[in-house]
Amino acid sequence: MTPTGKIKLIDRVSAINWNRLEDDKDLEVWDRLTGNFWLPEKVPLSNDIQSWGTLTEAEKTMTTRVFTGLTLLDTIQGTVGAVSLIPDALTPHEEAVYTNIAFMESVHARSYSSIFSTLISTREIDDAFRWSEENENLQRKAEIVLEYYRGDDPLKRKVASTMLESFLFYSGFYAPMYWSSHAKLTNTADLIRLIIRDEAVHGYYIGYKYQKGLEKLTQAERDDLKAYTFELLFELYENEVEYTQDLYDELGLTEDVKKFLRYNANKALMNLGYEALFPKTETDVNPAILSALSPNADENHDFFSGSGSSYVIGKAVNTEDDDWDF
Amino acid sequence: MTSLVYFSSVSENTSRFVAKLQTTAYRIPLRPRDEPLQVTEPYVLITPTYGGGNEGGAVPRQVIRFLNDSKNRSLIRGVIAAGNTNFGSAYCIAGDIISAKCKVPYLYAFELMGTVQDVERVQEGLVRFWQRQQRPM
Repeated sequence: MTPTGKIKLIDRVSAINWNRLEDDKDLEVWDRLTGNFWLPEKVPLSNDIQSWGTLTEAEKTMTTRVFTGLTLLDTIQGTVGAVSLIPDALTPHEEAVYTNIAFMESVHARSYSSIFSTLISTREIDDAFRWSEENENLQRKAEIVLEYYRGDDPLKRKVASTMLESFLFYSGFYAPMYWSSHAKLTNTADLIRLIIRDEAVHGYYIGYKYQKGLEKLTQAERDDLKAYTFELLFELYENEVEYTQDLYDELGLTEDVKKFLRYNANKALMNLGYEALFPKTETDVNPAILSALSPNADENHDFFSGSGSSYVIGKAVNTEDDDWDF
Repeated sequence: MTSLVYFSSVSENTSRFVAKLQTTAYRIPLRPRDEPLQVTEPYVLITPTYGGGNEGGAVPRQVIRFLNDSKNRSLIRGVIAAGNTNFGSAYCIAGDIISAKCKVPYLYAFELMGTVQDVERVQEGLVRFWQRQQRPM
């Protein structure tokens, strides 16, 4: 680093005052993220050793490769992605949120190694990491995103980052949800669900900051960024499809995974403030997978579609806050 | 007359969904110093679920404040919740909480700002829902 770079950095930083917020969303998300903090040691992964033993060789290979791929993405997001957003932050509190996001991504990356060391031999781990280094589609995915992180457009960086948080992880997340729906590797799935929860807040927040950034632009500039976003999505989607084939073809799961990809691509777009792209017929995720992701999602919360003869009253839940008066 | 009441934070997800419904809707104010919303006619409430598991805080504080007003509470007829399946068992849990506390049906759940299908389903559903409400029970 050059001396000028150092001076510039010190110049720009002023003491952060959390009692004077420019954007309430910063504190809200900070509180959410710190409230959700967790470490892999919390999850009893060793209870999955027996279950791991019931997997076929092909299933083990797929699963191990999935986790090395996810490790790569989390490493990128922790050491480059979230960090690259800091200089573009609009408020000091936004900077602080990115440092939290960066750290949690490193926790995620570290978690996969916990899964590996619990379930897999050193040789198998090394093989899988070698595969991930050599897999063109995985490397291509990393390159596309890194290119934007290194680029000079702050809003494009946020688009790429939201795509990573809300879309690119899901070819991998499918596998633990699949195992969970077969009552296998359930502790591993519990750990992955914690990661999935974090990524939702990250994608929501970065997407929100993207939209704040758009407010300062002309309509023409906004149109350009929208076109860019959809182009990037298509480029990443095509690559994801090939990556999915590499991982899942042998087990015959590719088509099922692709529905999950499109479903999450829609959510990435929504996080950026855009309408969903893929129609319902292409995003009808296997109910077993959806249920593994969220046991609430397959409950009947669609009173409108039923005969309407009986009301669904929500179950009492023990997540109440103090501020209710009744 | 019947209507919708909704809350949306500055992320505007829920407000985008409500705008697409193209019907009368009253927004619960964001800040404590804003004039509180008081309703005078039956309504269906649409609220986001603040995400993140089971640590509380799922129902936005502004919505709680609105429902703490007994007049407002007496006019709620149903609830629709937004959320994200990434939050697992806490998905759209604000709908469960409000439905249980106010003893009104949990009508529908959708993700983020909703899809075209969600908008259609809710539009049609609300029409039928209010028709049924008007019939003597």
